[in-house]
Order: sequence, then structure tokens, then C-alpha cells
Amino acid sequence: MRAVLTVIGKDKTGIIAKVSAVLSGKGVNILDISQTILQEYFAMIMLVDLSDSEIPLSVLADECRALGEEIGMSIHVQHEDIFNAMHKV
Amino acid sequence: MFNYGDVLETINMVEREHLDIRTVTMGISLLPCISGSAESTARNVYDTVCEKAENIVKVTQELSREYGIPIVNKRVSVTPAAVVCAPFADKSHLIGKALDNAAKQLGIDFLGGYSALVHKGMADYERTFINSIPEVLADTERLCSSVNIGSTKSGINMDAVKLMGETVKKTAALTAARDGFGCAKLVVFCNAVEDNPFMAGAFHGIGESGAVINVGVSGPGVVRHAVECAHGADLSELAEVIKRTAFKITRAGQLIAREAAKRLNAEFGIVDLSLAPTPTVGDSVAAILEGIGLESVGTHGTTACLAMLNDAVKKGGIMASSRVGGLSGAFIPVSEDEGMIKAAERGDLNIDKLEAMTAVCSVGLDMIAVPGETSASTISAIIADEAAIGMINNKTTAVRIIPVPNKTVGDCVDFGGLLGRAPIMPVHKLSSEKFISRGGLIPAPIHSNKN
Repeated sequence: MRAVLTVIGKDKTGIIAKVSAVLSGKGVNILDISQTILQEYFAMIMLVDLSDSEIPLSVLADECRALGEEIGMSIHVQHEDIFNAMHKV
Repeated sequence: MFNYGDVLETINMVEREHLDIRTVTMGISLLPCISGSAESTARNVYDTVCEKAENIVKVTQELSREYGIPIVNKRVSVTPAAVVCAPFADKSHLIGKALDNAAKQLGIDFLGGYSALVHKGMADYERTFINSIPEVLADTERLCSSVNIGSTKSGINMDAVKLMGETVKKTAALTAARDGFGCAKLVVFCNAVEDNPFMAGAFHGIGESGAVINVGVSGPGVVRHAVECAHGADLSELAEVIKRTAFKITRAGQLIAREAAKRLNAEFGIVDLSLAPTPTVGDSVAAILEGIGLESVGTHGTTACLAMLNDAVKKGGIMASSRVGGLSGAFIPVSEDEGMIKAAERGDLNIDKLEAMTAVCSVGLDMIAVPGETSASTISAIIADEAAIGMINNKTTAVRIIPVPNKTVGDCVDFGGLLGRAPIMPVHKLSSEKFISRGGLIPAPIHSNKN
């Protein structure tokens, strides 16, 4: 199962390192990563694979949200199908 | 890989514009529950509902976390109880109580289907059942009731219309301590649909299968945002913007509906393309109409704006879902929509204009508080007017009206939560008594003869 992880917030050092640490600790593989600065805001989108993950997607989403609160960023993890459904005909 | 625009748009829709799945509703057939006595049937009803919908809360919470979209309501609808209670109608309350207990056990806020379908005629057992509604609504917390009194194919059963005016009054009287709250759980329909996921009018039609998942999408805030961003667009361009937005919202609903059905061992039923407001600021259908260019909902032009909005939502939604059903239209419940509440308080929105609006949208005079002294025959006449609009226009219409005991125009009533608050709206004072007391059936219109 693949999910899209997004990180949005004010740019600072070490964001990718912290997120990657959580993912590798749970056996979640990063397939693709892309980041940009939009109007001073850091925006990163990762495509991740949970096939070998130790935890279900819902728990990963909760843990990433908590990490986001800790580092002052907004972090979402959502099943990729929601974006396929809403933005592809 | 996904592009930034698409991903951030979805996140913004949820975080800032109140995008949600408004309801995941499991329709459950109670026909296999009917047995020799009311008591054993009530036991079967409780067991069946609890078993089939056992995981509805757990599964919808999981889906919400996985897909990152809130699912606001988890509900159950059942076979119209009048059918289940037919052999022992004088004990219908036992079935009502069993359903309410099942809703409590499941942890859901509403369960719909304490309902009767009497659009062409009313048998003795159905009259007995309808007479039980006020007490059952007063004695239960989560049970919702609805009665279908007319259809395009059959006409309007005016005997049932008369009875429902009296039933609404009695329900208000028995729940007077809570400002007639029982009436907020009672809907009178014309052309009721069998797969509506929205409360209080949901029931599981006789033509449906054993267990079905119907999903209601929403998103007035998302549509309003899209309208606001479309600066300088003319109305056909605006309709396109709304269509595209409705498409995205509905696709999310379709995805959740299919996944929920799979995980709950039920069939996927329909997606209901409704714009359902809540009292939350920014989640208002009235605000969309005002965003299109009206100073206030209720002024001249309201009906035209609403017609365009409703049609564009359907066009976008129908393309997005393999199965569309339910009520599918913009709802205009007064007490549940911040913009409607304000317009009614200012006196810019009255019942006559609301009635006109219901000719072009879903679903009817919804959550309207009127003076407690309003007579049963006036309420019946309001029901008859709405039913006539539904019958002639081949659409669903409904009346959910609360004659608030001991309150009058100038007062306000607050039901709390999703049901919101409403100012008491004036009704016409002249009598409709003789018309209502005639009874009988208003014949089906000429265009119902299509065979």
C-alpha cells in the first residue's frame, strides 16, 4: 500500500531528517521525494510504501501528526487513492 | 508523483474549507426479523442491527485516519418499521425502543426508519403505527421517524397529511420541555427515496438488499471557496467551477463508500451528492448564494442562484460516481445553516421564499421553527403545499417543522449540536381548516401516466 506524506510549514533545518527517521524506524520505504519553498513556506511531498511497514497506515498517520506538532509543522499521511480519486479522471 | 497543487488543494479543502464525508449510513433490512410476537421481533431487530453494524464506528474512524478526510456521522437506516410492526401495530413502541437501544449500543447518534409509507392509502395498522410516533419520539433519544404521504405516481394522501399535522403537534407537546425537540426527528415526505443516507429522513427501502452502505458527501465550504476565487466569472463559467468542485468532492465520497462497504461486508449502495450545511461558520449553503452575488439569501434572485448551484453540483457529481442516489441536492435547513439563521433573524428570509427555493433544490422546508400556537391544520396545509411541489415536479420534498411550545415570533430555539438554533418564523394566520378537513386523495398528475 502506498501513501502520500506531506509536510507544510515554516522552513527550518532538519525537517527531512526527522521525518525520515520516523519512517525508517517503522519499516516504511520512501519511493519518491520532492520539496519546494512556496511563499516562504516549506512544502514537501513524499510517496511512501507501507508493504513492509510494522504499523498500519492509520497509526503512521497519527504518529506523523504528533511529530508535526512537536516540530511545529503540519504533517499529513494519506492513502494515495484519495488523490487519485479527486484529481484524476 | 503527485503535483503540489493537487495535494495541497485536497489538504486545504479539509483543513480550511470543512470538506468532509457527511455520513456513512448502513441500510439494514429488518424483514427477516419479523416473528410471531412483538417481543420476539423486537429482540431480533436489536440483534440484527447490532450484528450487521457492529463495526461501523470502528471502520469509519479507520478510514478517516487513512484517507485524511473527516467522516462526521455514522448512522443506520432500517426497513420502514410500520412494515415490521404490521402484525402487532399496537406494540410498535417495542420495536422503536429496540432500535434506540441498538443505536446506543453501536455508539451512533441517529438511527432512521421508524417510518411508514402511506402515499396512496393508510391501513388500520399504519394509522395505529403513526399514532405511536409522538410517544416513541418522546421516549427515545436517537430514533428518527419519517412518513411518506404522497408521490408523483400516486398523488397526495390528504387523510395522511391531516394525520401528520396532528402528529407533529402532538410530538411537540410531548417534548415541550425540550422545545419540541421530537419534531426535529420527524420528517414528512413526498416522493421519499429508499436509499437516502441523511437523517432524519433515512430509511432502508423494501426494494433494497440485506445490508447496504450509502454515503452522503458534503462541502458547502469548498464550493463557497471555489466561487469566491472565481472573480469576474459569468454564471456559465461559475457553473463550470462548481461542477469541477463537486466532481472532486464526490470522488472522495465514492472512494470511501466502496472501501466502507468492503470492510463492513455490505453492498455499496449509492453516493448522495448533497451540499449539507452545518451550523459551523464557513459551512453554509446560504454563504454560497451570497458569494454568487446576493446581499442576503432570501432576496430576489435566490431561487435562480440556488437552481444553478443545485444543477451544477449534480452534473459534477454524476460524472464522479458510478451510482448516484439518495436526495442529491443542496439542503437548506434553516437551523443548521449559519447564513440561513442570520437571514431569518434579520427577517430577510421567510417561509414563502423557502417554499419557492424547495422547488429547485433538495429537499424541503427543513428544520423550521414556527410559533407553538400554530394549528395542526396549518401544519397540514404547509405539508400539502410542499407535497404538491414534489408531486408536480417529480422530486422529493419534505417538511421537518417544529411548532415550538410556548414560543412565538421574536423568540429563538436552540437544539444544540448539528441541529443548530433557529428563530421562530411567522406563518400565515388565515385558516386552511376546511381544505384539510375534506380529506381524500389529491389525484396523481397527468404527467405521471407515462406507460
